[in-house]
Amino acid sequence: MNRLTQLALSDEGFVFDPLTGESFTVNPTGLTILRGLKADRSLESIGREISDQFEALPEETERDITDFIHHLRTYHLL
Amino acid sequence: MKKSYEKPIILKLQTGFMNKYGSTPYYSRKTRSEIDGVPIDTLVTKFGSPLMVFSESSIRRTYNEVFRAFSTRYPSVTFGWSYKTNYLKAICSIFHQEGALAEVVSEMEYEKARKLGIPGKNIIFNGPHKPFEILKRAASENSMIHIDHFDELMELEQISQQLHKPVKVGLRLNMETGIHPQWSRFGFNLDTGQALDAVKRMKHGGKLILNGLHCHLGTFILDPQAYAEAIKKMVAFAYEIETHFGFKMEYLDIGGGFPSQNKLKSSYLPPELTILPLDEYAAKITNALYENLRPGDYPRLIIETGRALVDESGYMITTVITSKRLPDGRKAYVVDGGINLLFTSFWYKFNLEIDREVPGVNEPAVVYGPLCMNIDAIDEGTLLPSLPRGARLIVSPIGAYNVTQWMQFIEYRPNVVLIGQQGELDIIREREDLTDIDRREKLPPRLAYK
Ligand SMILES: Cc1ncc(COP(=O)(O)O)c(C=O)c1O
Repeated sequence: MNRLTQLALSDEGFVFDPLTGESFTVNPTGLTILRGLKADRSLESIGREISDQFEALPEETERDITDFIHHLRTYHLL
Repeated sequence: MKKSYEKPIILKLQTGFMNKYGSTPYYSRKTRSEIDGVPIDTLVTKFGSPLMVFSESSIRRTYNEVFRAFSTRYPSVTFGWSYKTNYLKAICSIFHQEGALAEVVSEMEYEKARKLGIPGKNIIFNGPHKPFEILKRAASENSMIHIDHFDELMELEQISQQLHKPVKVGLRLNMETGIHPQWSRFGFNLDTGQALDAVKRMKHGGKLILNGLHCHLGTFILDPQAYAEAIKKMVAFAYEIETHFGFKMEYLDIGGGFPSQNKLKSSYLPPELTILPLDEYAAKITNALYENLRPGDYPRLIIETGRALVDESGYMITTVITSKRLPDGRKAYVVDGGINLLFTSFWYKFNLEIDREVPGVNEPAVVYGPLCMNIDAIDEGTLLPSLPRGARLIVSPIGAYNVTQWMQFIEYRPNVVLIGQQGELDIIREREDLTDIDRREKLPPRLAYK
């Protein structure tokens, strides 16, 4: 089971995990990824959304999304 | 219009992670786009990365500040540049131009000083290993030899006989001054009477003339009072020698050991809060001289400060090769210069500066060097914003003990550049290549690869 679906996300990047009571902060790009993952979208489509909204190279975002996902795993959010 | 991009990041909120000034550490960071007005980018484009950089202005400024702290308080002060701290020719030459003697502790260092043109009389020769031939050369060139042990004392008597002249010598002392560990393995112990025995022996032998006392209490000495203790004991001993043996001490050499503005790993507080200004050391030391010397007696005060004169003038520029996420959630960066070049990383927590503004909050990070060795970590716990590949991290202060104790291990050692006072950029040590490593090796023909 992944905790991600239960997370409460605010527009300001405040993240609350009701299961553990832990809270996190994410920046705007991180928030876009979290929302995408919650909605069960593919990494490619999340990547496209980021490239559309932000000035970023697709290779860079791909690498950064992978890193972000590793980070979610270390927090056991995924 | 698209928004500017910031690498995605998530941080767990922890209570108690605020510092005592109330601001969050997640936004504070240091950037450095230049050294002495020369852009980091220019330095790397011209000389490559990693790169060691020294500032001539900073060395001269520091030397003059420290020199004045003493010379405005005591009439006869001389510094001896501790070669082992940094014996690149250009660096030694700056100190010699400023008026420092050479303080050497081996045959190699003695030869290096002579090759730079320093006359023997301006060389202080310390250390436990002075092979006979170099000791003899030093004696014939009238250098200031500080005897470390009885065998050396006896060899010097022999040398005096061979040279048909009395040899002037100093005596290295060690003593209790409240500093631990006590560097008692060098020289003769004052508290147990060993030093007195050495003087008796010299008097009895009739070949050596004792004219100076030397001690070096240790390094990174945080309490200036230790120097005051040492001076009290040295002056008392000097007068005892004069009264009983007729040797007059022309100088007192108190060694090195002043701390630099570097953060010891063992220290929680930043150096600004733990390290007293060197002015306070100068005040304590010169007060101790006036309290203990006879009125009108001003033996020359010699100081062999190494670290405190050069550490802050040196930087290492590194480049981020890659980053990865560690299983514990920390971000790890690999940069192209590591502990192979930074021997002092074993006890210092360096200042890390980024060459550019990087948007976003900081996250806990580790900075590794390029070696394929687990121990190669420059910083095992810091806060950095998400750095892109190719960003430069500038490590400082690294001017003391690194360009002498660095290792040729796995990687080539990089260029070392000096920024002159007029902005001149000179390579003072060239990047190594395979010929440097190959030159001293011999391959027996039977082992040649066919
Ligand atoms: C005899 C002697 N003098 C001077 C120094 C320089 O010490 P520092 O760099 O701590 O000032 C040393 C360093 O070990 C030393 O052994």
